[in-house]
Amino acid sequence: MAYTEDRVSVRDGMFNVTVRHGGSGEPLVFLHGAGGQAAWDPFMDLLAERYTVYSPVSPGWPGSEGIDHIDDVVDMALFYLDLFDTLGLRGVHLLGSSLGGMFAAEIASLGREYVRKLVLCEPAGIWLDEHPYLDFYAAGQDQLQKALFHDPEAMAARMPRPDPEDKEAQAKMTLDRQMALASASKFTWPIWDKGLKRRIHRINAPTLIVWGENDGLIPPVYAAAFQKLIPGSKVAIIPETAHVPMVERPDEFVRVVREFLEG
Amino acid sequence: MKVHSFHLMPYPNLPEDFRERYRSVYIDIPSELYDPALGHQVYNDYLDELEYADRLGFDGVCVNEHHSNAYGLVPSPNLMAASLARRTRNAGLVVLGNSIALYNPPTRVAEEFAMLDVISGGRLVAGFPLGTAMDTNYAYGQVPLTLRDKYHEAHDLILRAWTEPEPFAFNGKYTQLRYVNVWPRPLQKPHPPVWVPGGSSPETWEWVVEKDYLYAHLSLSGHASARRTLGRYYALVEAAGKEPNPYRVGMTQACFVAGSESEAEELYSEAVSYFFDKCLYIYRGFADVPGYRSRRAIEEGLAQQGFGLQPQTPSRLGGGSLSWKERVEQGSVVAGTPEQVTERLREVCRELGVGHLMLLLQLGNLSKERTMRNIRLVAEKVLPNLRDLWSEWEDRWWVRPLEASLRASGAGK
Repeated sequence: MAYTEDRVSVRDGMFNVTVRHGGSGEPLVFLHGAGGQAAWDPFMDLLAERYTVYSPVSPGWPGSEGIDHIDDVVDMALFYLDLFDTLGLRGVHLLGSSLGGMFAAEIASLGREYVRKLVLCEPAGIWLDEHPYLDFYAAGQDQLQKALFHDPEAMAARMPRPDPEDKEAQAKMTLDRQMALASASKFTWPIWDKGLKRRIHRINAPTLIVWGENDGLIPPVYAAAFQKLIPGSKVAIIPETAHVPMVERPDEFVRVVREFLEG
Repeated sequence: MKVHSFHLMPYPNLPEDFRERYRSVYIDIPSELYDPALGHQVYNDYLDELEYADRLGFDGVCVNEHHSNAYGLVPSPNLMAASLARRTRNAGLVVLGNSIALYNPPTRVAEEFAMLDVISGGRLVAGFPLGTAMDTNYAYGQVPLTLRDKYHEAHDLILRAWTEPEPFAFNGKYTQLRYVNVWPRPLQKPHPPVWVPGGSSPETWEWVVEKDYLYAHLSLSGHASARRTLGRYYALVEAAGKEPNPYRVGMTQACFVAGSESEAEELYSEAVSYFFDKCLYIYRGFADVPGYRSRRAIEEGLAQQGFGLQPQTPSRLGGGSLSWKERVEQGSVVAGTPEQVTERLREVCRELGVGHLMLLLQLGNLSKERTMRNIRLVAEKVLPNLRDLWSEWEDRWWVRPLEASLRASGAGK
């Protein structure tokens, strides 16, 4: 499906960010996880059949600048409120995955009027000592693939890979990944808990918590922890997926999300 | 040339099958492997070895800082330096150093270094390393992306605290203090010499050149890598229009002397293997973190290596695959008769432009007896034949102790 990619300047050029958008209908914003968002994904197409989907790239991730003006997760949430103002967005359906879920929960806590419905997909931001996350940074590639995907081999086959002969593309991929995870470290190091528990009580948007049943990065037990912190929220566990159900099973993910948004 | 004795203070009794049973000598090595009674013995042995080096005329004694590991048992180098300040007489106390981004507020470093400088009568060299990713990010929880910024802010605060004559307010991003007022002040004026160890980031080199500090290359990977690093460093020195004074560069070098080449191998090769096989057995996932290296450093690394992707399976650094002969050829170890060692060290220092040679005379599980003998042989038969090197240059990066008549009677017993 067609989408448009814009460069958006926020706060007089303090931030310059990439925003991809497509479809029509009520506004829906998707916030990516620590790895960044390099493309318009199939699940976005599916959502765009019914919504105007916005997929911004956070400052500091490849495609967007301005991380030096963001010290902590509250600064990041306020950046997003500024971006929504710039784009003229109010009352959005806000989806966030992983670190993006942590940002989405902060945005819904601090800017209630901007968020109509909230979908937290395997959100980070709450920490239980008895259920540590996988050490995302120290883990090797194989270990990480197993944590992120229910079926790592099938996913590897679907993932676009640069030509191994194209050294420049290979180097860019490595550098992009390094810069993405470097920026993520501001909100995740050494523990993915930067005080959301002190603000999360303010969320008043209807909330759905989505988790892949085999998530090996943030254990699915956190679904119940979030549900307890957000009274009235619902939980949906998506089978045969792990940390990124929207990527691994886009049809099922979109069905679950639409049922919540349209129900 | 100045010649120093540098001690890593390793844990000498890791199990034979350490590599099979554990994944890393750093960060998640179980502390139950540490035997405090043995620790008592080796801390005292190691300090004896450095004190002996002082008595035999080495210019300086060097210690550094590492955390959560069995590679070097010095989480607090200032404690070692405090002990050495009282039990050495002439040697410079080269503390390499304090990882200044780890201390909150960093004025703690300004205070402790000033205490060491005053107690020792002006013999302190103040080392300001960034610290490894293991030490700073994993062991001390610093955010990788902001570590360098925090380091630079800490540096600026410490230097101002040492040099400004009146209390001042400091409104930093990482430290806010309404009153910065360090007592005692350092003895050396305007402040102790600053050495910056480590790092292969181009920004660090440029900064060290701009500040006119000493750059200390602490690698143990031999002369080829040292040649690349120091070659680039001197190119920046030249580009900045500064003189290529060799005293602006320090380098570590493992060094083992014996009566013959074969005796050197016999005496030292087991301990050297222990060091490279076990003490450098570092899980790669801990050795680097996205954000720890600057963007430029990563880009240059990628360009140099000529490949794009990180290894898919995390491996270990170090690796024990090299033989004694290969290590000697590569230069990660300089060993042999006093004449061979002298010749090799002169050649290397002359070629690389090293004015401060920091010799590692104990490695791995080398016994005190063998280490003391090594120190004595170097002091008697090597050191005197290195001193004349670089005599045409002035050393502006060395300590300026109090003159003898002003030294306290109890100091340096």
